[in-house]
Amino acid sequence: MMKKTLFDKIWEKHVVKEIENGPCVFYIDRHYVHEVTSPQAFAGLDARGMKVRRPDLVTATADHNVPTIDQHLPIKDELSAKQVKTLEENCANHGIEAFGLNHKHQGIVHVIGPEMGFTQPGMTIVCGDSHTSTHGAFGAIAFGIGTSEVEMVLTTQCLMQRKPKQMRINVDGALKAGVTAKDVVLYVISKLTTSGGTGYFVEFAGSTFRNMTMEERMTVCNMSIEMGARGGLIAPDQTTFDYLEGRQQVPKGADFEKAVADWSQLFTEEEAVFDKEYHYDAQEIPAMITFGTNPGMGIGLSDHIPTADEVDDTEKRTLAKALDYMDFREGDAIAGKKIDYVFIGSCTNGRIEDLRAVAEVVKGHKKADHVTAWIVPGSKLVEEQAIEEGIKQVLNEAGFELRQPGCSACLAMNDDKIPAGSYCVSTSNRNFEGRQGPGSRTLLASPITAAKAAISGVVVEA
Amino acid sequence: MEKLKIVNSTYIPLRNENVDTDQIIPARFLKATSREGFGDNLFRDWRYQKDGSVNEDFIFNTGKYSGKVLVAGRNFGSGSSREHAAWAVYDYGFRVVVSSAFADIFKNNCTNNGLLPVEVSPEFLEELFSRAEADPKTEVTVDLGAQTIKIEGTSLSESFEINGYKKHCLMEGLNDIDFLLSITPEIEAYEQAK
Repeated sequence: MMKKTLFDKIWEKHVVKEIENGPCVFYIDRHYVHEVTSPQAFAGLDARGMKVRRPDLVTATADHNVPTIDQHLPIKDELSAKQVKTLEENCANHGIEAFGLNHKHQGIVHVIGPEMGFTQPGMTIVCGDSHTSTHGAFGAIAFGIGTSEVEMVLTTQCLMQRKPKQMRINVDGALKAGVTAKDVVLYVISKLTTSGGTGYFVEFAGSTFRNMTMEERMTVCNMSIEMGARGGLIAPDQTTFDYLEGRQQVPKGADFEKAVADWSQLFTEEEAVFDKEYHYDAQEIPAMITFGTNPGMGIGLSDHIPTADEVDDTEKRTLAKALDYMDFREGDAIAGKKIDYVFIGSCTNGRIEDLRAVAEVVKGHKKADHVTAWIVPGSKLVEEQAIEEGIKQVLNEAGFELRQPGCSACLAMNDDKIPAGSYCVSTSNRNFEGRQGPGSRTLLASPITAAKAAISGVVVEA
Repeated sequence: MEKLKIVNSTYIPLRNENVDTDQIIPARFLKATSREGFGDNLFRDWRYQKDGSVNEDFIFNTGKYSGKVLVAGRNFGSGSSREHAAWAVYDYGFRVVVSSAFADIFKNNCTNNGLLPVEVSPEFLEELFSRAEADPKTEVTVDLGAQTIKIEGTSLSESFEINGYKKHCLMEGLNDIDFLLSITPEIEAYEQAK
């Protein structure tokens, strides 16, 4: 018999029906919903006069479009206010639990899901957001969908899905000092490019991932989409179970023990075959930063910006266009580049461990005068923890501003925009042209690298 | 959803590779609660200068190119899952997008909206670019039933892949939801057995 992968095991349990020469009917266990990609889906249901099939499996929050200061006041932007209000109305009409603005559990959908224990091993999880891949850290099949698919899941709890190809990315060994989960994933994307994973679902395996905390694993899986993969996942283990135990939505007592026994079966069998496999040595991975306009354009902090001769023919045009946009020259060192903004937050790096790492770096220092440093917690709970642990005070003393939860300057749908031409070292996930505001220039990096840049005012080597 | 069978049209060649969904429709235009009107902001920051004036150099604005087919460089539609990107391309008037590679979510979003993604070889893509650059009136015929794309006035054509189910849906203008609703008893049975 064919040996099964972790992905196979979860996939097979969720196939409702096979269609000849077509996709499968695929069942969804948890559906996260936010204000930007859901209104048209609810409108579709209303047009059919239908109700959400399983409101108990839907979790909603407002994150993409919310302000990160003065959240207690009405939202000034009319369109944003309307989207947030529409979400609240839709949830009320359909009996969906909503963690809207000012709710004690509000936050970025991919932060609150795991935090509250909605995300569990073996589940299938979707959301109208490509970074749904984050939840794969728990050994779940989690991926982003479009609004038509949001409507399908709200209506039928199912999607039409073809089984993707499978890839395994192995990283083994201990990371060098100062190298984080974010650096690992930026390194892998720089090797695979932003289309290297297209058509695949990725399993991250090896001792480096085994030794990561859940929050670090989430950072890695979060960025699977940036290599073109639909999602990424990591087999659950004791670290996973320890994280889950006691969280609000997680089974308790004997039920928890039974769940752990089931979850423990979720691993890739030896000799299971992947369509593609890569191996990397953790010792080879440096602290990373991006210099261009896609997440595959990453280099070590001590490296120079590649020259046209150093990239494949197919990437030469992209490189030239990116350097023109960034106003960087090929061959330049990235260290020493002056920066204007630092953004620490997002579903990639907006969790409490990220804020702790930043506090450790900035404690006793001041940010450079010309730098604006925004720290946006991933959720209300993260914000509360940051205050309780004294992190907020450390940050304030260093001149950093701790704002309120939301997606914020990761995609700049609200007022948190990086001005045209300015450089921002950002812990988010995308450095596309204009991503952080029209004309903004983004350098993706870890929270540690971002914090150091805020203090020095330039990209620093180590 | 509108039915799509054969599209015969001139096309716009957009040579850029790795065009991400933030370029197709920047996030600040995602605040609508309906599906209409996104075409106005398709490639917004490439079509317009920072001061709001038209960028005459951008291929859409040169006055030379038009049509129902967009031909774009490799890895089109990467990044966000925003279906607004597919809506914007469709709303602008395109019915077919051609590239040598598409991002997965974007591809699904296209077929769910009556927009056909056609994946061709890098060589064929280059032919499409160079022929349109030599003659903007060059036409292609995309025949979904036959799964072929042909450059008119030449012997150049290529077949493309699409799964049978999606092909049927596009040709008949059917939505997945209709199909899923038709198998409700099977979904119920699955839930009970779970």
